[in-house]
Amino acid sequence: MTCMIKLDKVSKKYGTGVFALSEINFSVDKGEFVFLVGPTGSGKTTIFRLLIRDLLPSTGSITVADFDIVKLPHGKIPTLRKKIGFVFQDLKLLLDQTIFENIALSLEIAKVPKADIKKRVEEALEKVGIINHKDKFPIQLSGGELQRAAIARALVLSPDIVLADEPTGNLDLETSWEIVKLLESINEKGTTIIMATHNTEIVKNLSKRVIGLDKGRLVRDEPPSRKASGVK
Amino acid sequence: MILKTMWHNIRRSPYQAFTAVFIILQTFFVVSIFSFAVWGSAMIINYFESLPQVDVFFRNEAKQTEIDALKKQLEESGKTASIRFVSKEEALKIYREQNKDDPLLLELVTADILPSSFHISSVSINDLSSIADNLKKSLIVERVVFPKQVVSKLIEWTEVLRKVGIALVTFLVVDAILIMVIIVGIKISHKKEDIEIMRLIGATNWYIRWPFIFEGVLYGIVGAILGWGLALGALWYATPFLSTFLHEIPVFPIPPTFLFLVLGIEVLLAIVLGGISSFMAVIRYLK
Repeated sequence: MTCMIKLDKVSKKYGTGVFALSEINFSVDKGEFVFLVGPTGSGKTTIFRLLIRDLLPSTGSITVADFDIVKLPHGKIPTLRKKIGFVFQDLKLLLDQTIFENIALSLEIAKVPKADIKKRVEEALEKVGIINHKDKFPIQLSGGELQRAAIARALVLSPDIVLADEPTGNLDLETSWEIVKLLESINEKGTTIIMATHNTEIVKNLSKRVIGLDKGRLVRDEPPSRKASGVK
Repeated sequence: MILKTMWHNIRRSPYQAFTAVFIILQTFFVVSIFSFAVWGSAMIINYFESLPQVDVFFRNEAKQTEIDALKKQLEESGKTASIRFVSKEEALKIYREQNKDDPLLLELVTADILPSSFHISSVSINDLSSIADNLKKSLIVERVVFPKQVVSKLIEWTEVLRKVGIALVTFLVVDAILIMVIIVGIKISHKKEDIEIMRLIGATNWYIRWPFIFEGVLYGIVGAILGWGLALGALWYATPFLSTFLHEIPVFPIPPTFLFLVLGIEVLLAIVLGGISSFMAVIRYLK
């Protein structure tokens, strides 16, 4: 298996002296689906921010799809970020742009020819099931639909890796399952997925690898469980 | 995409866009007015420089025989092409013609207070100084006016006009740059969240910066065109009055080539001004 993500003795100490992460070691192979679990403040989002070079580790090394995150020149950060689809916890959709425009933005930034943009945005929206809402503004959509829009934006550049930070955080259980199934179907096509969550119900019911964090320390790294039911 | 984002930014904060255009408009209105004034001064100077003429005004007590003798002496010098005598009565007639629309001025002046004069054309403009110097020595001559004096006075005034113009325009340009930096800075602050999102999904710094720089350039171009247009309107409005005031001095109409040259230079300056201001703002606020 090709290693997509590797964290080696990664620690992150904030300016206040607080350790957000301590000596974290794990790697994720291409095509894996990994749950990153832990209570609020355990360091899940910090790991994601390190993976997209929004933060630098205090010590240790990180490799993401052949990019050495610590040594990565500033000018190469946009190239790295185009290779990673990120579903943000707070979605980060532009509120004054339509769903179509929000998703097209990723393609425009990646300098995809104008003629291809419409087709690719519609394909992504079709995949997440909100093609009918393409001309609506974020404020006109429900929580589940917004989450799907954020996933569509993360997918539109066909990234090798998708990082989903609490994508079910504010959703009811039924919608949460729809989102997880959507991520699972994306994973089945070969995309590496790391999903941060503290929804134990979902983690228990899916047979996926689980990496657990607590107070910035790695407390568990369990392979996919055979007992999980998989479908809710 | 850059143009789309730029247009989006403008639509989102039209009052800031209006303020930016207005401040640039003010600057280029003043630049245009001073350009037109300097052009006019240059035309007036050219006119006087091209006149090989000396005007000699006689004292009230000058007798006709003395005037005739002086005329004869001038003609014999060979330096004069023509000498026209204007009597007090003729001077009054000319004065009345020039001020026929102002009865108050007509009432106040009689032939007694107007001096008789010679209007002398020289063969060569180089002879004007020596003719004037000789005339000044004559006891019946009150005052000698010849283009050199007028021209040097006009050059002095034009120089003052130019200096005041440069000072005022420099002040306004600095003012415009500072205000533009603040306006673009405010726009960047308003879009901080959007900028953060764009960065997180892979936008380069320049992808984010260009729309703001283009926006500044657009404000510059629109402001320059409007400022020039406004100055042109003011010039058009003042043309009848200025034409009457300048009488036979051929300043009007100002050739369109000059007007468009001013516009072209102003647009180029505006591009630089708008570009520099917004560049300063993005460097300052988008680190």
